[in-house]
Amino acid sequence: MQTDNAYNDRVVRQFALMTVVWGLVGMLVGVLIAAQLIWPELTFNIPWLSYGRLRPLHTNAVIFAFGGSALFATSYYVVQRTCHTRLFAGRLAEFTFWGWQLIIVLAAVTLPMGFTSGKEYAELEWPIDLLIAVVWVSYAIVFFGTVFKRRVAHIYVANWFFGAFILTVAVLHIVNSAAIPVSLTKSYSVYAGAQDAMVQWWYGHNAVGFFLTAGFLGMMYYFIPKQAERPVYSYRLSVVHFWALIFTYMWAGPHHLHFTALPDWAQSIGMVFSLILLAPSWGGMINGIMTLAGAWHKLRTDPILKFLIVSLSFYGMSTFEGPMMSIKTVNALSHYTDWTVGHVHSGALGWVGLVSMGSIYFLVPRLFGQKQMWSVPLINVHFWVATLGIVLYIAAMWIAGVMQGLMWRAISETDGTLTYSFVESVKATYPYYVVRLLGGVLYLGGMLLMAYNVMRTVMAGQPAQSLIPAPAHA
Amino acid sequence: MSQFSSSFWDWYIGVITVLAIIACGVFLKMQSTRRVPGSGTETTGHTWDENLGEYNNPLPRWWMWLFYITIVFGLAYLYLYPGLGSYRGSLGWTQVGQLQAEMDEANRQYGPLYEKFSTLDPKELSTQPEAVAIGQKLFMNHCAQCHASDGAGSKGFPNLTDKDWLYGGTPEVIKTTITQGRQGIMPPLGAALGEQGTKNVTHYVLSLSGSTHDTLRASQGQALFAQSCAACHGAEGKGNAQLGAPNLTDKIWLHGSGEANLIETISKGRHNVMPAHQGLLSEAKIHLLTGYVLSLSTPVVTKQ
Repeated sequence: MQTDNAYNDRVVRQFALMTVVWGLVGMLVGVLIAAQLIWPELTFNIPWLSYGRLRPLHTNAVIFAFGGSALFATSYYVVQRTCHTRLFAGRLAEFTFWGWQLIIVLAAVTLPMGFTSGKEYAELEWPIDLLIAVVWVSYAIVFFGTVFKRRVAHIYVANWFFGAFILTVAVLHIVNSAAIPVSLTKSYSVYAGAQDAMVQWWYGHNAVGFFLTAGFLGMMYYFIPKQAERPVYSYRLSVVHFWALIFTYMWAGPHHLHFTALPDWAQSIGMVFSLILLAPSWGGMINGIMTLAGAWHKLRTDPILKFLIVSLSFYGMSTFEGPMMSIKTVNALSHYTDWTVGHVHSGALGWVGLVSMGSIYFLVPRLFGQKQMWSVPLINVHFWVATLGIVLYIAAMWIAGVMQGLMWRAISETDGTLTYSFVESVKATYPYYVVRLLGGVLYLGGMLLMAYNVMRTVMAGQPAQSLIPAPAHA
Repeated sequence: MSQFSSSFWDWYIGVITVLAIIACGVFLKMQSTRRVPGSGTETTGHTWDENLGEYNNPLPRWWMWLFYITIVFGLAYLYLYPGLGSYRGSLGWTQVGQLQAEMDEANRQYGPLYEKFSTLDPKELSTQPEAVAIGQKLFMNHCAQCHASDGAGSKGFPNLTDKDWLYGGTPEVIKTTITQGRQGIMPPLGAALGEQGTKNVTHYVLSLSGSTHDTLRASQGQALFAQSCAACHGAEGKGNAQLGAPNLTDKIWLHGSGEANLIETISKGRHNVMPAHQGLLSEAKIHLLTGYVLSLSTPVVTKQ
């Protein structure tokens, strides 16, 4: 069926559908662990359902399974469309799909069993890490191979971001996961002490910067102008913020280690570059939102555009909050509190989640030969349910975090002892955990609506083939 | 004191950092263009995927200023604070220095209060509401994690509200325990005693406190007890405070009562650690804590 004059959309379809499936799974685990913080005995003290094992499963599932599948799907779709050529090395692309799914399944098995390297967002043990490296290098070959055989002169901006994301994640993963195995299921990091912590957060922060930011900006740069049917606001702005973003992100990691054994100088440099990162981050938001200039009315009627544009608002909000939290005096209050959790989720639910959902809503009808989703009003309902969920979630965590920070530092005027014991701050957080769970349930509920809508759309259509246009004169 | 093995790294960090920040500014300056008055919005002229295009609007002015301000702030910060290798910054700030300054200030402010109490006998302290109140707050933050908020402990963590003391309950001993910590070690005897031997000793130990036991096994375990356990727990099983060996005749079980728990303790041994608090807490605070711990097991006779 598939011919050389058509795009390879099979692998895009596979990843797009798995995005929805893994989104449901990852968010369900998130809701479960949020409930465990309210009812600690919820899972009957079964070890492999305990919070400590499910929490990394949640983060891995939403970041790498849901977010990863969304990035694979959209980057494979976008790179073909904007290079006017079929995907390079189709069999290898197929391998990246099955390889990535295998990695996810292995994570879902080993993490609850308690196998972990103990590195946040890089918990998987060394055999799985090796598999990730192989799949990721294959991904790079497919992506850059397609860029190299493009039939247009210029490389579209979305591909800069996808390219930077793919290259950097390869470097981050390989460097941070370097370890000495002692058995099939246990290894030790090759780095020690504060250096291990620094490498870990160089990785951790750039996982945010490249996996969760650059990659999704690539998505934004294609789907917003496409859905709005408007040109990107400023080519020049995209050049400046692209280079400034990928350059300064690399330096920001030490802000995760303020007031620790990390030397003062490294902490300061991390803080300074985190502040300089504000403008480059906002460049992407401005470019996306201003693309709508002259077409604002479309926001009223087009729920997909709502997803995409509101995701940018959350992106702008969390990239303001991030530099602010990297300031040492602010960090002294916010660090180790639920404020951090709120910050991460305003980025994760608001930015990464919404932009992925908007893009998948754009893709699914086109991939299955339909004019639009089975139900457009249902997209609208999903949008509002998800937005309400995010607002409840992050507001609860902000209040809880600031409260915890203030309680931990409160000192008795008369004798200098701490006013509150730790457990008192836990008790005071209880109501906010309930509100957070409610927010999470709403967000998961929205995802269920999406799954149903996607299922109906897929059932109504069948895999579509779209032809590559004749060589363009761009 | 330098953190670097050679001054090369000083320069390496300093020069690259400053250049990197300045490069951001230069790059921004290079890319700054103003719109030519009267000209329309231009596009780059490239088209992808049928209708994807790009305008070439200039950078928003306010955004550029935001960028410049962060760059200037960054350079100023690195002049004032440590950041460029081992350059200390003009303010001479360090995180350790800040901590020390805050600790000194606290000692200056609260020191006299603690001095006042440190001359009193801990038994006296345990009857003074003000001292007990401070002791309780210290206890909540440093002790309650293991010994529980009410001091009643839990499995593996001694109850501080009864009159039973592993190492003795005098103020001096309690103070030593808090200051230096304790290592309570019961060696594993499973291999030496064998399965039946372990079970027999278990029933003999149960018999010491009059707990439910199998008399036949207990009688068979008596000789084994004398051989393997009496050295620490004493011939009559009344324990030895010098070693922290528990009294086995009083029905107080640190690691749980009954046959199964005892078999586990005897066969696998136990290693209990009470961490040392010298260095974490001042002598005066340990003194107050001693008074509070004593108050937990003393009927309250509050002096006004």
